[in-house]
Amino acid sequence: MDYLLTEDQIMIRDLARQIAVEKIVPVRAELDEQNKFPTDIMKAMAQADLFGIYIPEEYGGLGKKSLDLYIAIEEISKACVGVSTSYAANALGTYPILLHGSDAQKKKYLPDIASGKNLAAFGLTEANAGSDAGGVQTTAKLEGNEYVLNGTKQWITNGGEAQIYTVIAITDKTKGARGASCFIVERGTPGFTFGKKENKMGIRASSTTELIFNNCRIPKENLIAKEGLGFIVAMKTLDCSRAGVGAQGVGVAQGAIDECIKFAKGRVQFGQPITSFQAIQHMLADMQTQTEAARALVYAVARMMDSGAKDFSRASAMAKLFATDTGMKVTTDAVQIMGGSGYMKEYPVEKMMRDAKILQIYEGTNQIQRNVIALDMIKEATRQK
Amino acid sequence: MNIIVLVKQVPDTSEVKINRETNTLIRDGVPSIINPFDMYALEEALRLREQHGGKVTAVTMGPPQAADALKEAVAMGVDDVVLFSDRAFAGADTWATSYALAQGIKKLGPYDLVIAGKQAIDGDTAQVGPETADMLGIPFIAYIKKIEAIAGGKMTVERMMDDGYDVVESSLPALITVVKEINQPRLPSLKGKMKAKNLKVTTMTAKDINADENMLGLKGSPTKVVRIFPPAPRGQREILSGTIEQQVEQVVKKLKEQSLV
Amino acid sequence: MSVQVISNTCTGCETCVSACPFGAIEMRDGKAFITESCTLCGACIEACEFKAIERTGEEAAAAAKDLSVFKGVWVYAEQHKGGISSVALELLGEGRKLADKRNAKLSAVFIGHGIKEKAKDLIAYGADVVYLADDPALKDFNDDSYSAVLTTLATLHKPEIILAGATAIGRSFIPKVAAKLYTGLTADCTMLDIDPETGNLHQTRPAFGGNIMATIVSPNHRPQMATVRHKVMKPAPRDDARTGDIIDVKFSQTGDLRTRVIKTVEELTETVNICEANIIVAGGRGMGGVKNLHLLEELAKVLGGAVAATRGAVDEGWIPYSHQVGQTGKTVCPKLYIACGISGAIQHVAGMQSSDVIVAINKDPDAPIFSVATYGIVGDVLEVLPVMIRKFKEARG
Repeated sequence: MDYLLTEDQIMIRDLARQIAVEKIVPVRAELDEQNKFPTDIMKAMAQADLFGIYIPEEYGGLGKKSLDLYIAIEEISKACVGVSTSYAANALGTYPILLHGSDAQKKKYLPDIASGKNLAAFGLTEANAGSDAGGVQTTAKLEGNEYVLNGTKQWITNGGEAQIYTVIAITDKTKGARGASCFIVERGTPGFTFGKKENKMGIRASSTTELIFNNCRIPKENLIAKEGLGFIVAMKTLDCSRAGVGAQGVGVAQGAIDECIKFAKGRVQFGQPITSFQAIQHMLADMQTQTEAARALVYAVARMMDSGAKDFSRASAMAKLFATDTGMKVTTDAVQIMGGSGYMKEYPVEKMMRDAKILQIYEGTNQIQRNVIALDMIKEATRQK
Repeated sequence: MNIIVLVKQVPDTSEVKINRETNTLIRDGVPSIINPFDMYALEEALRLREQHGGKVTAVTMGPPQAADALKEAVAMGVDDVVLFSDRAFAGADTWATSYALAQGIKKLGPYDLVIAGKQAIDGDTAQVGPETADMLGIPFIAYIKKIEAIAGGKMTVERMMDDGYDVVESSLPALITVVKEINQPRLPSLKGKMKAKNLKVTTMTAKDINADENMLGLKGSPTKVVRIFPPAPRGQREILSGTIEQQVEQVVKKLKEQSLV
Repeated sequence: MSVQVISNTCTGCETCVSACPFGAIEMRDGKAFITESCTLCGACIEACEFKAIERTGEEAAAAAKDLSVFKGVWVYAEQHKGGISSVALELLGEGRKLADKRNAKLSAVFIGHGIKEKAKDLIAYGADVVYLADDPALKDFNDDSYSAVLTTLATLHKPEIILAGATAIGRSFIPKVAAKLYTGLTADCTMLDIDPETGNLHQTRPAFGGNIMATIVSPNHRPQMATVRHKVMKPAPRDDARTGDIIDVKFSQTGDLRTRVIKTVEELTETVNICEANIIVAGGRGMGGVKNLHLLEELAKVLGGAVAATRGAVDEGWIPYSHQVGQTGKTVCPKLYIACGISGAIQHVAGMQSSDVIVAINKDPDAPIFSVATYGIVGDVLEVLPVMIRKFKEARG
């Protein structure tokens, strides 16, 4: 389907696709098997200017917007969601600075992120604060010219690999939802260490670790915006990145379809390629239709965001929900179509199925997304009354 | 360092097939690409610029559409490009091409190094590099697989030979052709592609480069192609049958009969 | 001079459109039309069944130059460490045939140091004259000095034809000589012949990655220069009874050398240089991985042959480039070539098609290698090779 992409968007898509095919596909099985971070691939993506797509030109980026970024995420996800997670989480960690940072902070951190010299990561989740983000317990106490951080973040993507971490910590326990703040912490700061690398079901190329703060002192200039705005910054950040997870869902679904149809055409049973059987044809038709619908929804939401819409929480929640559920269903169907071969590590679809699962869980579980959508619908209905 | 890279736009010959029935080339859908060996030349030039500073200019002699090859070079990161294009250049063999390139390069101002790919995948002659070097009056070293050092107006390189390699020292400026072993070409960058998209490529004609028209194009070419024909097919051969054991036995028997083993 | 379509004869069959290697023909109003991209190669003239395309506007006889003063066939006799390279012997063989057709002398140009004795061998291999440039300064190959010697000799003695090997040395300095002499050079010729009508040297070589053959002439420039790859032509027979002249050439160094060789590193890992081998066992991507290459080595050992590879295998890093056969590798013509897990892409075939007998093993019955193979086995190369090794061992006794 023609989504009327601009020339630049086509350029981004084609370059991301070239990187996916030439650099990622040949090594994705190995990265998955060995739980290995894709350092060389990230270098290639940096050199190709992919890290700067959404960063303003004045900070060394390309000054493009969400749809452009999502197009790149989709192409990379077709090849490997582990790599696209590392890539997308980078944007997630950067948004707090981009949306709410001071000029000084933007000037200091954004150029190196745009060039790919530094990676970023977002530190919100804790053992007791998953869906219930309000349960954050990491503290940040102002002492003179410094904040002292104490606490542990859990399951942080790009942990250990990123240089820049945007972290949510409680500055005033008495203020409840207005008691958290967002800070920039650099790797190597004394008192800031990483826990072990997690051993995951999927997206194993992505590095997931704990962030451990033990009397970690950071300059007070590293506070983003103002004290008390922590959860606002977090919510706005997640609003921006949410539909990007949808793009991952679209990508992994399409990647799975492309692989299984290739296989099915050559697989002969009962004297015919299995693509001549209606059962398979109907599955393929449903898979592609759902993926296309997911893509159309993600792109529409991106365009809405890019046109300056103020409130897109419901829309981005819908895109994330639908596209990631599609990703899970389509990859599972792809394994089914490929039968016994689909189950074998020799073929890429079992990894795609394992990778797709996380998309329904992170950046707001799909249950939370449904809450968001329903509450917004009810609010609107109440207003209209 | 001021580096010039010679580039050529060629049809993708790995995609070209022969129609065995009509004995003609099937060119439909064969894309025009930048000569693959030139990518290694461009990459090496960009690496030298990263190391030593300076400027990289990519040039080509060709019809107007050869500007696309130059735009690819811009997308990779070269600073400037020049297209030598003129109807008078058409039909040039390697001598006339080298003459045009040499005249053009002379117009570009001082340079330290000219880099070209080992050969073009359509002509396959590997002659334009050395002939251009001679016309520029600069030393030529073929099939470079590594540039070891550049200092004090001299360059030390590893030149691939049939059984190994030579370490060669040369004065600069010089012209070298490079082989695939030298590096891994980078992908284009988005910023580069955007720059290339909006670029108006500088074109120089025969007059601009002070070329003697008697030495250009078909007129100036000492060689002419008189015939093109497909390579002779070897004909239907013997595909053996039977179990693997049986087939191998047949092969062994036949080769023994012909005193080959 | 141009190539034109004879509109009335053109039937609009469009065969010429696909025959043109440069995409220079398009259809206009149902008739073929040749555009500006035409390079006058004439492929369309060959392809047209209806003879509806012709060359027009014959060149004004640019025979202002009197070419009759150019006589003789020369061979640049390449030497390596003082020994005559085998490609030089092949060129003498071919050169003898050409010289005889032109009723001319065959001369060898021999450059180096301490090579005086070997000059006599060149006469035994067919040279009537040897121009011997023996000087300490010429001991190691140097572009500037070697091309100066050959250019000076050619300018002085005006040969009609100069042949040289398409070797690392040849490709370095022969083009420079051609540039200086403003003459035509054709590289990597697979066939040389004299046109009986014009006396021109017809130089045939592959182009477009080996997809087509092109015949090239240098009608108005002399000497006509051509390089030929090793093992393409047959070596000259040796006749010690032959006599000839050895002419000493004085060499004087003019100007500083701009390049010099600091050291030479040899990298032949195999004991047998594949270009010299009579039996070659070659592997391609179908071998599946470096861990399977030992099968090629074992078979080569049993047969007393050498191991070679396709570009695909070399690109994967399974084997060094010195073993690569093909358009961008070496050309070989052994008596027996066993192609294992090789698809037979035209760029590879270009490097081994003159082998006497080709045995191909590939699991794809449609692989192009089977159309050049003498004997084809359709099967998994990893299954076939162990059987083959065993059977050849038994056959050897």
